[in-house]
Parts: sequence; C-alpha cells; structure tokens
Amino acid sequence: MSIETTELGVLAIIAVMALVTLATRWGGPFLMSYVRINPRIESFINTMASSVLIAILTPMAITGDLGARLALGTTAAMMLILHKPLPAIAAGVAAAAGARYFF
Amino acid sequence: MNPSAETTYRLQPAQVRSEFLRLLPISLFVVAFGAAFGLAAVQKGIVPLEATLMSVLVFAGASQFAALELWGDQVALLPLMAITFAINSRHILMGASLYPMLRQMRTPQRYGILLVLSDANWAIAAQDYQNGRRNLEVILGGGAALWVAWLIGTLLGVYFGGLLQDPKSLGLDMVLGCFLLAMALGGRKNPRVLVAWAVAAGAAMAAYWWLPPHTHVVVGALAGGVVGFFWLERTSDEH
Repeated sequence: MSIETTELGVLAIIAVMALVTLATRWGGPFLMSYVRINPRIESFINTMASSVLIAILTPMAITGDLGARLALGTTAAMMLILHKPLPAIAAGVAAAAGARYFF
Repeated sequence: MNPSAETTYRLQPAQVRSEFLRLLPISLFVVAFGAAFGLAAVQKGIVPLEATLMSVLVFAGASQFAALELWGDQVALLPLMAITFAINSRHILMGASLYPMLRQMRTPQRYGILLVLSDANWAIAAQDYQNGRRNLEVILGGGAALWVAWLIGTLLGVYFGGLLQDPKSLGLDMVLGCFLLAMALGGRKNPRVLVAWAVAAGAAMAAYWWLPPHTHVVVGALAGGVVGFFWLERTSDEH
C-alpha cells in the first residue's frame, strides 16, 4: 500500500510518521508501568541506558571516515583528561573539520 | 501498574528554564541540521509548510532524512512505518530508562514531557541519574530548546536554502556523536559498566553487519542491559 505525495498525501505521511514516533516516545514508560521494579530490573535499565550511547557510537566510529574517528578519539581523550564536556566536544568537532580539510 | 508509586516528582520551573538555556549551545548545531533537512525536503518536492509541519510533529531528524530516501510520486506505507519505527525505537529504551523517575510524576505530566524526548536531553538526564541526581527538567526544558531549534532550522532550510551547503566539512555531523560520547564517559565507570559496554559494542556491530538496517542501537543496548540484569551492583555503591 502506498500514499501519493500530493499535498493531502504528504499530510497523511506526516501523520503516520508522527504517530509511530510518538508511540516510541511513550512506549518505554508505558511498558514499564506493567513491570514490577526490583533491583535486578533497575540494574538492567541502568546498564541499558549507558549501553544505548555505546550502541549508537560504535558503528559511527568503526564505519566512519577518518574525520569521524579522530573526532570521537579526541573527545574521548579530552573527556578522560579534563572531565569537561564542552571543551571535549569542541576539540572533537575541530579534529573532524581538520582531518577533512587536510586529507 | 504501581499503585504504591507516589507522585513525589514535581518539575521546578526555574530549573526547566535553566536547562533550556543549558542546551542552547548544542541547539545551534541542531539549527544547522534542521536547515539541511529543510533544503533536502524542498528538493524532493515537499512544500515548505509541510516540511516544517513534519519537523514540528515528528521531531526526529534521522527518521525524517530516512523518509526522504523513500520519497517519490508515492511513498510505500509499510516501509515508511517500519523504518520510522526502527530508527526511533531507541526512544522506547530511553524512556524506559527514565521510568524510575517518571513513575513519581503525575501521568499527564509524564507523557507530556516525553513529547520532546530526544537523544541530547535524554543523555543528560541519564548521566545525571547515574550520578545520583534526578533531572527530568532537562527533558522538558532541554527538549523545548532542541525542538525550537529543529523548527527554526527547518524554516531557514525551506525558505532560504541550506545555511551551510556542507556542514560535514566543518565537522558539524560529529557534534551529536561527540556530545553523546562525552555524556557516556562522564557517567560512572566500573568493571560492570565496562563489560556491559564491551558486550553492547560487540552486539551493535554484529547487528549493524548482519541484521536488518537500523536495528543496531536497540540490539546493542539490550545486550548491554542483559549484563546488568545478571551482574548486580553491590548495594553499597548504589546512589
């Protein structure tokens, strides 16, 4: 089944995307309201939370270009040395720009 | 249901405002990507008002760009729904991870602030929670900053063309990645977390290579969570 990209059709497409996305924003807490929270479940969701970030970042680092890798490497190094996010992020972005300019 | 959960969490308006201001710097980059989306959308033949409406109502950049990939005279409904769901399914896990705090909030407010749940404001809330601080104000205040930035960026893109023709050459495509990495490394690290991260990284790559597209975030995150399920922290380290 397809939607024609007429003006009205695009509105339908937007509505479909908005509803699916809203379901993902509301779905987690909705499902959790049926789960009895115990220390094991709490440990699961806490570990999952930081793993979300790692799961986003790992393919970015492994399949990215040199700029992407240098950006993440620089941010990681700066975070471990300085423990300050803003300089670490700025240095990472500068590293990506530099790498793409020179290579 | 949790009848025992009390509504003890009330949003502090002053902190909502300060979290709005806190996310303004990163919102500038969101404007740049909103402009890139707006430009790409009008190039696909979407009228400016509808492209803007999409940003207002969907407010999920990666899935909006992915929808443009499907664009033609027609858009197939099932692939559109499947890709939108797959890319945004990380929200389910992100929202679930906030549940210990969200359950202390009145239901309308709980689902209200989730309207602007996004990667950056969630990452701050999750990091603060790991460090023992309840901060759902950043979901609302920070999310509002990101949403306004995404809207302004899209408007600039559809009416004035891309502000920056090539944000990648300035490294701007890496802003969110570097931000999320800084948040991950700013949280608590112990052997249990490091093992979970290694498992998450391995599972994410396996999914990236061998499973359907856009499944790697959920697969990696759940794999990391399983480590936490079986390896409990000693209660003495709990916040």
